[in-house]
Amino acid sequence: MIDLAEGKPTADEVVPSEAEWRHPSEHPVRGFILNNRASLGTLAVFLIMMAIFTVANPVVFSTWNLYRSVLTTLPVALFAVVPLVFVVTAGEIDLSFPATMGFASWIFALVVQAGYDPFLGIIAAIVTGMMLGFCVGALVVYGSLSSLVATLGMNFLLRGLIQIINEGKSIALVTLNHSLAYKILSSEVLGVPVQILWAVAFVIFAALLYNRHRFGAQVKVVGDNPDSAQQMGIDVNRVRVKVFVFIGIGAAIGGTFSTMINFTWWPTAGDGYLLPVLASVFVGGTPTWGGVGTVVGGAIGALTVSFIQTGVVAAGLSGFYVQFFNGLIIILALLGHRWNQARYR
Amino acid sequence: MADHLIELRGVTKSYGSVYALGGVDLRVDKGEVVGLIGDNGAGKSTLIKILAGVVKPTNGKILVRGVPVSGWNAARSRDAGIETVFQDRALAVQQSIVRNIFMGRELAGPFGWLKVDKEIAEARRLMREIGFTSKVFTPQSIVGQLSGGERQGVAIARAIYKQADLIVLDEPTTALSLTETAKVFHFVRQVRASGRSILFIGHNIHHVFEIADRFVVLDRGKVALETDRSEVATVEDLINFMEEVASSGHQPGRPKAKSLGATP
Repeated sequence: MIDLAEGKPTADEVVPSEAEWRHPSEHPVRGFILNNRASLGTLAVFLIMMAIFTVANPVVFSTWNLYRSVLTTLPVALFAVVPLVFVVTAGEIDLSFPATMGFASWIFALVVQAGYDPFLGIIAAIVTGMMLGFCVGALVVYGSLSSLVATLGMNFLLRGLIQIINEGKSIALVTLNHSLAYKILSSEVLGVPVQILWAVAFVIFAALLYNRHRFGAQVKVVGDNPDSAQQMGIDVNRVRVKVFVFIGIGAAIGGTFSTMINFTWWPTAGDGYLLPVLASVFVGGTPTWGGVGTVVGGAIGALTVSFIQTGVVAAGLSGFYVQFFNGLIIILALLGHRWNQARYR
Repeated sequence: MADHLIELRGVTKSYGSVYALGGVDLRVDKGEVVGLIGDNGAGKSTLIKILAGVVKPTNGKILVRGVPVSGWNAARSRDAGIETVFQDRALAVQQSIVRNIFMGRELAGPFGWLKVDKEIAEARRLMREIGFTSKVFTPQSIVGQLSGGERQGVAIARAIYKQADLIVLDEPTTALSLTETAKVFHFVRQVRASGRSILFIGHNIHHVFEIADRFVVLDRGKVALETDRSEVATVEDLINFMEEVASSGHQPGRPKAKSLGATP
C-alpha cells in the first residue's frame, strides 16, 4: 500500500506530558488500517469471492492457466481503471475512453503496418491519446458541459470516425511477434505475462501520484470543494483538463497492449471495456461524489471484476449466471464500502 | 505620507444593473486591525472577494504598498501577502488538516513530489502557534471530523502560514462558542503584536468594537463612516450611528466622526 502510515512521532513532538500517549492514527498498524480502509475493504471483497470460488471448484482454481489468462487481459483494463480513479475523484466521469483506446491503438497499428518500429507506434499512440484526452477535457471544462453526457457523445463520435474510415476492416500485425517491443512489453517470462508487470508498475506510479504528488493533492481538493480550491489559487479548470489527458494516455497504452496481445487491431478495439472498467473503479472503493478515492483499491477492483466471469464459469455454473453475479458483487461491494467508509459530504 | 499596505480606490462592482459596491475607498496600514462593519447586503463579502482576487471589480484601483496592481487574481492576491479566511472557511472537508493548510501551495520537491513529512511538521508547528491543539486530532485528521471552531482554526493556520502581511477574517466569530471566540481574539492580538495587519469583518458590532483600531462602516455598497477607535467613546455610539444610517439612508461624505464625539 502506498498511503503509508505516519509511523513514529517525530522527536520534537514528544512533549513530556504527551510522550506516553499516541493518537490511534500514529500507531503503525492501526494508522495503516485507518488510512487504507477503502482499499483494504476491496481486498477483503476479492479474497472472500476467491475463497468461495475455490471451495466450489478447488481443481480449476489451483491451476496456473486460469490465473495466466486473467493476468493476460487484466493489464488492458488497469491502464484505464487507474486514471479513471483520478477523473472520478476530480468530480467528473469519462465514458469516452473506450473510443480513445480504439483510436490510439489504430494509430499504433497504422505505424507498425507501415513498417516502423513498434516503439515509435507506441509513442504515436500515446501522443494521440493525450490529444484526444485534451480535446475531451477542454470540451467538458471550457464548454461547461456535463462530463457524463459530453464524454458519452465523444465516445460515439470517435468510434463512428473509426468505423467510417475503416469500414469495419481490421489490421493484422504479423511482424509484431518478432519485434523487440513485443518481447519487452507483451511476452511471457516463466509463465507470467510480462504486461502485468508493466501494469503493476503503472499502478504503483499512479498511487504515488495520487497520494504523494501535487497533482493528486489538487485533484482531490478540486473534487472535494472546487470553490475553495479556486479561492486558494488553484487553476481548477486546468486540473480538470489534466485528468482527462491522463485517462487519454492510460487508454492509449491499454489499447496498444490489447492490440499487441491479439496481433490484430479491430475497429471495435476497447469497446468491451466500458462497463467493466467503470464497475472496477466503484467496486474498488472510490465513491461517486468526488474528493476521495483509492488507486490501489481500483486496481484490486479490476482484479475482482475480471475474476467474476472466469470464476462463475469455472465454479460449474453456466455462462448465463455471469451477469447476475457481476451485478451481485458490485452491489455487495458498494454496500460494504458504504458501511466501511465515513462520508463527510 | 507613507504608502498604505493595501489601498482600494473607488472600487465598484455591479452585477448587471445592480451595484453591490458603489465606489469604495479603503486602506489598511501596517500593524493595525481594521474593523469592517455592515448589515447583510452592505457589500462586505463582495469587498473581501475583490481583495482576495476571487471577484473582479467593475471599476476602481487596487494598490499594494502604493503600487497599482494589474491582472489581479487569487494567486496574485496571495503572492502580495493577503490571506483570506472566508466565512464558509473554504475548506475541503474530506481532506486532512495538512492538505487544507497547504491547499494551493503544496510543499513539493523536484517534479512536484510532496514533502509530506515536512508538511506535517509545519502543520503541527502552526497549530501549536495558534493554540490549536488537541489529543482528538492530528495534522492528518479529516477536517469533516472537526467542530466549527476547530475548522476556523484550520482556516486561520492556513492564513498565517506564509507570514502574510494582511489577514482578512470574514465573520470569524459567527457560529462560534464564547471560548472559541476568545481564541480568535487572542490570535488577532498576537498577529497585531507581530506587526501584521488584520481586516476584521463582522456584523456583531460588539465583537468588532472589542478588537479593532479603526472602524469602517459599509452601507448599501458605500462607506458610511470611517473613524478611529479614539473617536468613538463607547460601542453604543457606534450602534446609534448605525441605526441613524439605517433609518435615514446612507449619507456618503458625512463628516467623519463629528457627531459621534459629541454624544454623551
